[in-house]
Amino acid sequence: MNHSEERAQAWREVLRKGMKAKERTDIPRVHMPELDAEYRSHSRLEEVNLGLTAEMAMQEAKRCLDCANPTCMLGCPVGIDIPRFVKNIERGEFLEAAKALKETSALPAVCGRVCPQEKQCESQCIHLKMKKEAVAVGHLERFAADYERESGNISVPTVAPANNIKIAAVGSGPAGLAFAGDMAKLGYEVVVFEALHEIGGVLKYGIPEFRLPNDIVDVEIQNLQAMGVHFVTNCVVGKTISIKDLEDDGFKGIFVASGAGLPRFMNIKGENLVGVMSSNEYLTRVNLMDAANPDSDTPVFKGKKVAVIGGGNTAMDSVRTARRLGAERAIIVYRRSEEEMPARLEEVKHAKEEGIDFMTLHNPIEYIGNEQGRVTHMLLQVMKLGEPDASGRRSPVEIPGKTELIEVDEVVVSVGVSPNPLIPQSVEGLEVTKWGTVVVNNDTMQSAVPIIFAGGDIVRGGATVILAMGDGRKAAAAMDEWIKK
Amino acid sequence: MNKIISKEYFSANVIKFEVEAPLIAKSRKAGHFVMVKVGLKGERIPLTIADADLQKGTITLVVQKMGVSSTKLCALEVGDYITDMVGPLGRATHIEKFGTVVCACGGVGTAPMMPIVAALKAAGNKVITVLAARSKDLIILEDQMRVNSDEVIVMTDDGSYGTKGLVTNGIESVINREKVDLCVTIGPAIMMKFVSMLTKKYEVPTLASLNTIMVDGTGMCGACRVSVGGKTKFVCVDGPEFDAHLVDFDEMLMRLGGYRDIEREEMANFSKQ
Repeated sequence: MNHSEERAQAWREVLRKGMKAKERTDIPRVHMPELDAEYRSHSRLEEVNLGLTAEMAMQEAKRCLDCANPTCMLGCPVGIDIPRFVKNIERGEFLEAAKALKETSALPAVCGRVCPQEKQCESQCIHLKMKKEAVAVGHLERFAADYERESGNISVPTVAPANNIKIAAVGSGPAGLAFAGDMAKLGYEVVVFEALHEIGGVLKYGIPEFRLPNDIVDVEIQNLQAMGVHFVTNCVVGKTISIKDLEDDGFKGIFVASGAGLPRFMNIKGENLVGVMSSNEYLTRVNLMDAANPDSDTPVFKGKKVAVIGGGNTAMDSVRTARRLGAERAIIVYRRSEEEMPARLEEVKHAKEEGIDFMTLHNPIEYIGNEQGRVTHMLLQVMKLGEPDASGRRSPVEIPGKTELIEVDEVVVSVGVSPNPLIPQSVEGLEVTKWGTVVVNNDTMQSAVPIIFAGGDIVRGGATVILAMGDGRKAAAAMDEWIKK
Repeated sequence: MNKIISKEYFSANVIKFEVEAPLIAKSRKAGHFVMVKVGLKGERIPLTIADADLQKGTITLVVQKMGVSSTKLCALEVGDYITDMVGPLGRATHIEKFGTVVCACGGVGTAPMMPIVAALKAAGNKVITVLAARSKDLIILEDQMRVNSDEVIVMTDDGSYGTKGLVTNGIESVINREKVDLCVTIGPAIMMKFVSMLTKKYEVPTLASLNTIMVDGTGMCGACRVSVGGKTKFVCVDGPEFDAHLVDFDEMLMRLGGYRDIEREEMANFSKQ
């Protein structure tokens, strides 16, 4: 059924008529319960957001007007039938709500936590036009997915009869998992190859547990396994096995979602001092390798004065991690002002509550170390805002001669990543941009090598979980069509 | 996969493993490395592949007991499995006919030099291998090296075997008697630094295989970065071999020591258990 047929169902009509639109819009938006800020700033693993209760979720769901033309759906990169899952929550059918989510999203519990809903579905909500706060679609999504998981009644999406066609995904991050889920539903035999020893990509190595617990990712992966998806860890396509090996082995399509690669640095003096590292390294040590756990063999610096360079979500994840590992002073250093920060508002708010210092309009120009080569200070250039640049944001301009020297014992550089170089290095005929991203047809995600489709950070250079998932879904639909031809 | 097929002690602290890894055995070339992790909470450490047997589907690793992770690996016995192993990683050694090549290796650096010596020989080079160690019992793989080398020069610090002196004395003796077209060096960073200084003086092009700290080893974390000719390079994807004369070995040594205090503490705790 499509959206309007779903909307015409008797129960939806009854629900809509049960309450006036004015009454619905007058309900204030729900507040997500959170752990106490002081307590959580020392708790490495406990999730900050606690989730809605059933009462809160049902009340929030009432706010949704069940529009005939739900603009929220246009804001969703994977096209979730938002009103259907929200209205199922309103009538108390939480498992039905979860089912509706899983028809389009392979990872609802993940998306409910890490999607920037305020820039997507919620930004298109009709309430905003009436000067009211948007329906908390993200919180509701998380509620439905969590309810289903905790109920023990996890539904496995219906899978079409096996067509015995083998296809591969390279990388088990959000793009690879979304692709695998859709292809399994279509009846394909799906094998996901992962270079690391854990499945989940950035969901495991990048996003900290206080924002996205690992066991929640694992449940979503188990769900894919229940649908018949196979996972192979410790296998680098392009190194351990080649694309040609896969073709010889009977794979009819390959989706490359190998994700982020080399971290970017700023090429300033002292950047290779001990104690200066990329956010990829810092977060991988703490998240994937569990380095802060005394049982782990992987070491990590637990700095007391930690500076994180950058203003994105990864920078927020890093600085909040540093605080949790015992930093007395944890600072965000960002060259523009807070208004231009790419991080989610919620992350900035949480970081501030946890006692993070924000040094906006500052940019590091040098790191200084001691005789052992450990970083001890950083020299910051003070900036001001100038004219808007190509990104439309006001560009940071140096204030000549105005610098500040700050004491630090650890610096985490979080100014972006380049795409993973392994696949572009190892596949002949692949068209690659000067930034190292793989060139694909935007409608089909197909590359210059017909058997290879690609999506996520290897194509976008750096994006969000949900955009990567959207690529995975698009590639799955297009590859299915291409194979059937 | 990753089952240990054989274990041989070269010395009390240097152990050779043959590990079942048919896919890696098939795709590896001289110069490649693997990332290895022992136990669920183990650390990922890079190890250069010393040899491979396509028939048996195995690769050979030579490990020196140093810290917690290498000690845990060395404690594994025949029939045990290495929890996680991935590879082959890095760029393979560039092999062509250079002419006369000196392969200078120290300690366990001898193991990853083996496939390079074999490949250079097969490409028609005259290969002179310099094996160096503190004393006789630490000289490894001498017989295997003799198979593919035109000449093997053994150097020991204490003179207990071969010629008394450092690896650099061995290299210099060759440079003084004939034209050397290339030098390849693998060993402790401090050794490679002095090899590089020597060959720079004589203007002999030199490749060094760097063994930096890595976390993922697949081009993601940047822990392995080194300055080469003033530019930051990543050993895991740009290396592990670089023009030694351009490598900032002092910075590399500094970065290698970055976790020394934490490692010492962890090793003390581990030894207590």
